Amino acid sequence: MFSNVDLQKLVFGRFTLADIPYHEPILLVTFAGVALGGIAVLGTITYYRFWGALWRDWVTSVDHKKIGIMYVILAFVMLLRGFADALLMRAQQSVAFGSQEGFLPPHHYDQIFTAHGVIMIFFVAMPFVTGLMNYVVPLQIGARDVSFPFLNNFSFWMTTAGAIIIMISLFVGEFSRATWLGYPPLSGADMSPGVGVDYWIWGLQIAGIGTLLSGINLVATIVKMRAPGMTMMKLPVFVWTSLCTNVLIVAAFPILTAVLALLSLDRYVGTHFFTNDLGGSPMMYFNLIWIWGHPEVYILILPAFGIFSEVTSTFCGKRLFGYASMVYATVVITILSYLVWLHHFFTMGSGANVNSFFGITTMIISIPTGAKIFNWLFTMYRGRIRFEVPMLWTVGFMVTFVIGGMTGVLLAVPPADFVLHNSLFLIAHFHNVIIGGVLFGMMAGVTYWFPKAFGFKLDPFWGKMSFWFWLVGFYVAFMPLYVLGLMGVTRRMQHFDDPSLQIWFVIAAGGAALIGCGILSTIIQFVVSIRNREALRDTTGDPWGGRTLEWATSSPPPDYNFAFTPVVHDLDAWYDMKNRGYARPLQGFKPIHMPKNTGTGAIIGGLSVAFGFAMIWYIWWLAALSGLAIFVVSVAHTFNYNRDFYIPADTVARTESQRTAALAGQA
Amino acid sequence: MSAEAAHHGQGHGHDHGHEGGASHGSFGSYVTGFVLSVILTAIPFWLVMARPLESALWTGIIIMAFAAVQIVVHMIYFLHMNTKSEGGWTVLALIFTVTLVVITLTGSLWVMHHMNANMMPMSVEQLRHQP
Repeated sequence: MFSNVDLQKLVFGRFTLADIPYHEPILLVTFAGVALGGIAVLGTITYYRFWGALWRDWVTSVDHKKIGIMYVILAFVMLLRGFADALLMRAQQSVAFGSQEGFLPPHHYDQIFTAHGVIMIFFVAMPFVTGLMNYVVPLQIGARDVSFPFLNNFSFWMTTAGAIIIMISLFVGEFSRATWLGYPPLSGADMSPGVGVDYWIWGLQIAGIGTLLSGINLVATIVKMRAPGMTMMKLPVFVWTSLCTNVLIVAAFPILTAVLALLSLDRYVGTHFFTNDLGGSPMMYFNLIWIWGHPEVYILILPAFGIFSEVTSTFCGKRLFGYASMVYATVVITILSYLVWLHHFFTMGSGANVNSFFGITTMIISIPTGAKIFNWLFTMYRGRIRFEVPMLWTVGFMVTFVIGGMTGVLLAVPPADFVLHNSLFLIAHFHNVIIGGVLFGMMAGVTYWFPKAFGFKLDPFWGKMSFWFWLVGFYVAFMPLYVLGLMGVTRRMQHFDDPSLQIWFVIAAGGAALIGCGILSTIIQFVVSIRNREALRDTTGDPWGGRTLEWATSSPPPDYNFAFTPVVHDLDAWYDMKNRGYARPLQGFKPIHMPKNTGTGAIIGGLSVAFGFAMIWYIWWLAALSGLAIFVVSVAHTFNYNRDFYIPADTVARTESQRTAALAGQA
Repeated sequence: MSAEAAHHGQGHGHDHGHEGGASHGSFGSYVTGFVLSVILTAIPFWLVMARPLESALWTGIIIMAFAAVQIVVHMIYFLHMNTKSEGGWTVLALIFTVTLVVITLTGSLWVMHHMNANMMPMSVEQLRHQP
């Protein structure tokens, strides 16, 4: 294109046309699919003239409810990508035996397992968790929004920007082949000179800013914006687990940021923090990244525990058994999660003293977790259990998670870990706790709070189909991996020589197909529910007989959530209000002070994509330009004093009287 | 926030004023903090530039100690932290942070020390290339 190579380098960095993978048929077909799907979506938006509404009501929205919904949509979209990676891996491993090489060459297979891990943790599980917390926490504490509404919007767009950078790597250049945690020296400049690791670094750094800020926001919200009377020991359990999760985010994510920054310095300017020579130590990278990595595990699972607590108590019609012990167990897990990180690298050679300390702390952390399981069981004991879909996910979780927990304690024994480390047993273990714990929890949460967000329930038939496919599919997919792991089969293999192993991989691939049916059922569930929304409509705002404050308002809640801030007298505030014959106030409405929408978050998010892309491809002029633009837009936003407005009292009165009519109509 | 303060009391949930919040300090307390900070910064500079101590190790340790005191000065005089601000949340957050920093630092040192002690002995060739 350019006769002068230097000029090309100046304009395009290290990007050349050869970096577009048009020689890879799988990627070409995927790209065609994505492009056609994208054109279809854009066409539909244009056809229905939805662009204006999309920008005004969603992209620029600072409403915690809409941001929460957008987070969950992001999680579902990325789940499809991550699951496609999983299917590719399962298919490859079920055919690549002996002389069969399978359809994925090693350099492609390695990108896929890296992308699968990164996407599932950072762009599926994290947005799910953040989205549900965003939606539910302000409602449960009787607040009108989070503490910093603009920051919330900004956090969402930074997370999305990270996801976009990861997705660009599919079609421009390549993704990291250095595993989801990018251990050096493999992720260093010598071993991975290409753009893959840089995609990984910048995707995580940009998304990490969003995660950290959203953590700060939710901690401030829970500490400062609780309804009058809601003392800490009257907080719903989901709010408690959210508080602990966000405290963990605030404390742990800076470590990830720092470690990635040091790795970037190694890669970009030739420092030697994590190299093998000149005084660097890759072991320090393992140590630091797991100081973030282990709390991250609890960042994901604690909100799921909160959801299960809410669901169990609602669908058993009882107050949660052992509320105080649940709270203390959560806090203890929060602290202990910082004392176990070395169990991820027992085999690195710290010796018996260090290993036994971390083995014992790991076993101790199972005690509060076990206490939680018993609390849920005792809540169910003598309860009037309604086996609706969220409760099914909860029961499925309890059985599955206990198995995963037991294999976890097994791995916590250092001698056993020396045998099982890096094997498929470990893979089976963490999928057991992440699918059985986090994923089931998020599905329970989505089913449970969907009627609150949209005003109609999800179709229960397809919800049950999804649950059973996921549950059975999980066991079929991962029990063979336990077996293989005990036989010593290691993880991340693109090809096997021993044909006797093949049958187990074929079974596992069948399980993955069943999980695929589960995901398909969820999609069908959304379509069917939207089409039958009138039949599934909930006008009460309290479709499940709920116990916490989010059920006190309409479904979907008005922009201001509560016309009057509720006053809390007891744990399970809404149940208490219903029992005391609470009457909705029908007059005396006042203007409500609300934050104004702003496009700054989306703009900075877009600029961050450009900045990340420029840094990945060494396009220095673009990096400087977009970096400067981010700075200018941020500073300009601080001069925007037009940030708030009042919802007039008669608008509030009109909205509330519509609700009164709806409540009277359904009697 | 100053624009919003005029509308205070209209029954909204977005700003909480400063009830129970942190105090904002006085001119005197800022000057005290500033003077202390300058002294605590000047001494380490002097230690490095004039080298009154022979031992580099002790110089380093003393500088770290001054840095730790500097952190405390900043927290008290500039961040206005005390046991009562924000209803005790500030001090709780401080305790939590200190706990985690201590765990992270001592844990890393302990782990890395053992890693180092258990390393295979280096060959003469490797030792020669050591920095």
